[in-house]
Amino acid sequence: MANLVLNNLVKAYGKTEILHGINLDVDDGEFVVFVGPSGCGKSTTLRLIAGLEEITSGAIEIGGREVNNLEPKERDIAMVFQNYAIYPHMSVKKNIAFGLRSSKASKAEKEKRIQEVAGILDMVDLLERKPDQLSGGQRQRVAIGRAMVRDPAVFLFDEPLSNLDAKLRTQMRLEIKKLHQRVGNTIIFVTHDQVEAMTMADRIVIMKDGYIQQVGTPDDVYNRPANTFVATFIGAPSMNMIDGEIVEGGVSVGSEAVLSVPIEGHEKGMVTVGIRPDDLKPDIGTPVLKGTVTVCEPLGPETLLYVETGQGEVIAKADGRTAPQVGDSVQLGVDLSTVHLFDHKTGVALTS
Amino acid sequence: MNSARTALSRKIAVHAVLITYVVIALFPVFVILINSFKTRRAIFREPLALPNADSFTWEGYQTVLNQGDFLQYFQNSFVVTVVSLFFILLFGAMAAFALAEYRFKGNTVMGLYLALGIMIPIRIGTVAILDLMVQTGLVNTLMALILVYTAQGLPLAVFILSEFMQQVSDDLKNAGRIDGLNEYTIFFKLVLPLMRPAMATVAVFNMIPIWNDLWFPLILAPAESVKTLTLGSQVFIGQYVTNWNAVLAALGLAIIPVIILYTLFSRQLIRGITSGAVK
Repeated sequence: MANLVLNNLVKAYGKTEILHGINLDVDDGEFVVFVGPSGCGKSTTLRLIAGLEEITSGAIEIGGREVNNLEPKERDIAMVFQNYAIYPHMSVKKNIAFGLRSSKASKAEKEKRIQEVAGILDMVDLLERKPDQLSGGQRQRVAIGRAMVRDPAVFLFDEPLSNLDAKLRTQMRLEIKKLHQRVGNTIIFVTHDQVEAMTMADRIVIMKDGYIQQVGTPDDVYNRPANTFVATFIGAPSMNMIDGEIVEGGVSVGSEAVLSVPIEGHEKGMVTVGIRPDDLKPDIGTPVLKGTVTVCEPLGPETLLYVETGQGEVIAKADGRTAPQVGDSVQLGVDLSTVHLFDHKTGVALTS
Repeated sequence: MNSARTALSRKIAVHAVLITYVVIALFPVFVILINSFKTRRAIFREPLALPNADSFTWEGYQTVLNQGDFLQYFQNSFVVTVVSLFFILLFGAMAAFALAEYRFKGNTVMGLYLALGIMIPIRIGTVAILDLMVQTGLVNTLMALILVYTAQGLPLAVFILSEFMQQVSDDLKNAGRIDGLNEYTIFFKLVLPLMRPAMATVAVFNMIPIWNDLWFPLILAPAESVKTLTLGSQVFIGQYVTNWNAVLAALGLAIIPVIILYTLFSRQLIRGITSGAVK
């Protein structure tokens, strides 16, 4: 077990730089999730940590030891891949034992360790099977088992749940989280699914175009997004972004009433107002926008409303039993404490 | 009902075509086999008749087994074929792995250069090869034949295998790297077992031409001790008189090892195909 430090990590292919100086401290035993759209550099970062690709500049430390020039096997890491990458011609047991082949433990100790891991992952019965006799979820468990058996300092997960169906994904998500609570190793988990990130992580690292956008707890990134990208990326449906203007006493949104949110220290002028659909409700709170419902999406307990307003289309949430119908005019209101303000040009959050 | 009938008639048509093909392909073999058991006169009187009590004889096989070193010829052919196949598969797979796995300068050029060998018949270089063998003192050794056949088989092997190598998932190899395997163990322990069906294909493709070749044994290794079976059978073919019994018997015997090798590889081949399909 160990901490992990990324120090000004840069990766370039030829002249194209795709990671522009990543800095991150991961504590011992922490569960950190890298999340971002495809091509944001999250998987590359993981592969750099694993040693599957060479870093262009910067440094990686695992447990206080610089590992820049070490082979993957010398880094004390284990990795779980998206398409499982279990060896198809070996039984489950051999697959798991493969992780131990370089260790110096005695045969009996290895056997004990394999049984222990199989027990934790609930697959003692599957040990003699071949991978093609397993379901997707079971294969992924084998892959996790192979990683676990070595008890590495850091676990690396590269989108391990993407190939599973929705139900299994939820289940494996829970299992991995429980596993982390039980074994307590440091985990770096890469995903493009913000729900996975929110549900599993101690801390989330949100990346875009090779830059870290924000690092924080799920609560931080959801309630205090650093910029418009994070605000719209985290949370589904994504946050409504409305043009507004800072005026005397608050922010004006279109022709509606001025929202008396704190604006101390900000210059007058254009501003982006962010309101989550969960916070935007018909006929409740301070009125912000008026419009016509164009589409309703009933989810059961609540209904998503797509509302055409003077400021463009916004998404609001209404109580499922008393939701307005398509074509209805609605007055949308918000609790002022949940309104986010962002710089209109740079998208950076305005804090007061 | 209707669709069932068309399916059936289609099945019959397909089988008819396949059976016709099998008959055409096996007919010469069949003729060789039946005539090898007939007396010389019977061969010429009725080439297509089955041997009967009158015409049946072991004469051909007796001549072959008593004459010269037929077992030695067998052994030579077998050694040359098996060793050549081993080298073709080993070096072909290694080169294919390098081409598919590593990005280096000239990767594509190298791949094309190797593929070029498929199009240029190696016999064009016979004179140069003979010269080379004379200078290196390899004339009249089995090694000369093995080297030539390995060179002849490599282009196609590299071409076919590199296609297959590219399909092996990168994650699998990376998982191996993280598990502490070096590149050689990744190749031998992870990639090669997955290549078995492809390797069987390559082996079958290369086996027959090597086994049947007359050209290079005649030129590079005509000495008695290193004669291959095909070359050895030629002693029965004279300029004026040909001992057809013996020739046909020799050819009949020559079929056996090839069938054995083919059965070994083809089981592998079919296993590979079905395991892929069921998955």
